[in-house]
Amino acid sequence: MKRPELITRFLITVALLGVVALPVWDWAQTPLIHASIAEHGGWSPDVIQAKVGEPLHLKFTSDDVMHGFAVGQMEMQPVDIEPGKVSETTLTFTKPGIYTFFCTRWCGINHWRMRGTIEVSGGEPPAPEAAPKPLYVTLGLNLDAPHPADDVPTEKPSAARGMGLLHQVANLPAYQSTDYYRSHTPAQVFQDLSNSGLTNPQRWDVVAAIWAQNTTPLALAEGQKIYAQNCAACHGETGGGDGVFADELVASGEASMQTMSGSMEMSMQAPSSFSDPRRILGASPALLQGKILRGGMGTGMPMWGSIFTDEQIWNVVAYLYSFQFDYFK
Amino acid sequence: MELTRLPFIKSLLKNRYPQLALFVLMLAGFVFAILAGLIGTPVGSHNFSIVFVWIAWWAILILVAVPFFGRGWCAVCPIPVVGDWLQRGAVLEPTPKTPKWLGFRFPARFRNMWMQNISFTLVALFSSVILTTPIVTSVVLAAMLFLAIGLSMVFERRAFCRYLCPVGGFIGLYAQTAPIELRIKDKNVCAKCVGKPCYNGSNLGSGCLWDVFPGGLTKNTYCGLCMECIRTCPHDNIAVNLRPFSADLARPSAKLDEAFKAFIMLGAALVYAYVLMGSNGAAKLAAYNVFTPNWFVYTAIFLAFIFILLPGLYWLAVKSGNPNLPLTGKRFAIASTPLIPLGLMFWVAFSLSFVLTNATYILAALSDPLGLGWNLFGTADIAWQPVLSAFVAPAQILALVGGLAWAVRTAQKIAPQAEISAAPVIVYNLAAALLMLWLLL
Repeated sequence: MKRPELITRFLITVALLGVVALPVWDWAQTPLIHASIAEHGGWSPDVIQAKVGEPLHLKFTSDDVMHGFAVGQMEMQPVDIEPGKVSETTLTFTKPGIYTFFCTRWCGINHWRMRGTIEVSGGEPPAPEAAPKPLYVTLGLNLDAPHPADDVPTEKPSAARGMGLLHQVANLPAYQSTDYYRSHTPAQVFQDLSNSGLTNPQRWDVVAAIWAQNTTPLALAEGQKIYAQNCAACHGETGGGDGVFADELVASGEASMQTMSGSMEMSMQAPSSFSDPRRILGASPALLQGKILRGGMGTGMPMWGSIFTDEQIWNVVAYLYSFQFDYFK
Repeated sequence: MELTRLPFIKSLLKNRYPQLALFVLMLAGFVFAILAGLIGTPVGSHNFSIVFVWIAWWAILILVAVPFFGRGWCAVCPIPVVGDWLQRGAVLEPTPKTPKWLGFRFPARFRNMWMQNISFTLVALFSSVILTTPIVTSVVLAAMLFLAIGLSMVFERRAFCRYLCPVGGFIGLYAQTAPIELRIKDKNVCAKCVGKPCYNGSNLGSGCLWDVFPGGLTKNTYCGLCMECIRTCPHDNIAVNLRPFSADLARPSAKLDEAFKAFIMLGAALVYAYVLMGSNGAAKLAAYNVFTPNWFVYTAIFLAFIFILLPGLYWLAVKSGNPNLPLTGKRFAIASTPLIPLGLMFWVAFSLSFVLTNATYILAALSDPLGLGWNLFGTADIAWQPVLSAFVAPAQILALVGGLAWAVRTAQKIAPQAEISAAPVIVYNLAAALLMLWLLL
């Protein structure tokens, strides 16, 4: 073979091998966590290993739409994951355990299914302790039973007006306790006040005041923020059960669920409306906490227990009542 | 004007290495595009395979290469190169007289543009997926490469380019309008030439890779500008000339396969303008969700529009141009010539909008071609924004009006050869141009 031919062949081979080998090598060195809508697989991988005290450097990319990454019950700034781009974050865990990570952007009808786990090992194993039972379990509440309120106010109850009436309520401290507030529905409190000598609207105002006393503006603000980020897509920004995914959720219903789970015979329902006074005033904070914690079995309502802390859930619960009560006027 | 009179150009074309360097560069880019589609991000707007093939390459092809250089792209296209090397058994040596592989002649009945018409139509039917899904683009590119290689081992010369390439067909059609041509200088020299090395090859180079005898070239359609004849001609009788636009259209083709290529291209531009650039979401979904019932409806409409409605109406127009004379395929094909400049300008107008709209993706994909977080040139984070958006609509109007004027002028020229009145053909072209204008604006 002539020398020019040989050199040319060598150069072509090097060029073509280089154009393949270098990107493939770099690709193999770049383990990315891919995010795609749940119908297309969600997180890949969806199980990540980490060690206590060792920084966990994560690189993400989205294969379709905008997603977000956050770890449940962990103080962190959510990471936005743009289609075709790479985002990074570094986490350090102080305790071993299984942490849930989730998508923080409304990416599609099954957005809430985009979850994965980080299995953190090493460190001191936590002392074995029984997890406290959720209040709804302690109270023996049936989360799935209908709970309509018998009485509803004719106008939106005002906590501010109710504050001015509290002195007329006998045995007030019992009503104001956190335990009482969490375990009673507003309608029950309304009934309990039947002998107070107050008119019906006044009794509702007192109920609103008791509810206001069991939260703070700061807690409500956090509840509102969490609601806007995680609940409004289905339940609507104003709590009307008319979020951007509501219609699609109902329409796709069973087909969507079966796409995800194969044989699961479940169907989606219309998201609850918190502007329906019979529904919300007939629900105790413990019941609402239970629904958020566990999810609505067979309804499409996700479980948030592994995502939010107890405090966050109580703040959301308090915020949900703001669709019925004027807390501050 | 003979460009090969310029010593620089002549030596550039005679020397094998400059073209070879471009081939290798293009082949490396082509292989990288296939790789990017396979291992890169599936997000089309950030993947090299989509951005560089369907935005950058397409823009260069349809806005620059075809209108100004005809088959200039074919001169550097990497798809047939590996097959060429296999046929030669070498990179630099010419094709041997005795085939290294099977070396069959391509079957005579398929030596036309019909298979290219079919391959383009197939690509067009799946284009919504191909243009947006990197892995599908990869598969299509790889299929073209391997098909070209496979055919080069069975048939002589560049059978894939000449008879099957979905792109090569329309480039050839529109190359007739380009102001560049490769032609012989003196017919008598060719007539007396012994051995015809331009066609049969010599120790200076291979015989015409496109199965064309340069001495008989009268139009650009089938000359792939491989430049082998410039290297092999012992009499220095091959020239690359600068010429007026659309010079070939003065001697229109009388072949129905070429006429239908014009209808396919015209119709595809109209359908794309409606489906890809329009606001009809249902049409977009139907085109995208291949093999669904809606896609079959879309396919049926697409095929009927291109193969029945457009030619049917044109047949009526041509027929009404001379009702007394029987309308033969030959006259119909000749009469279809005005659709060539009109179609080309349809594609220019259509491409302007999506190329300028998506041009910023090129810079981002240049720095991060696989979506792996690279930032090679510091442009990975450039946000998407349309480029020269105020310029798009006027440029499209200009292109369409120019295309219509060009088509009208062509219709007037070919009418006597087709023995028809130009008026109905002009009305057809006017209606098509207005439809395209409405769809794009």
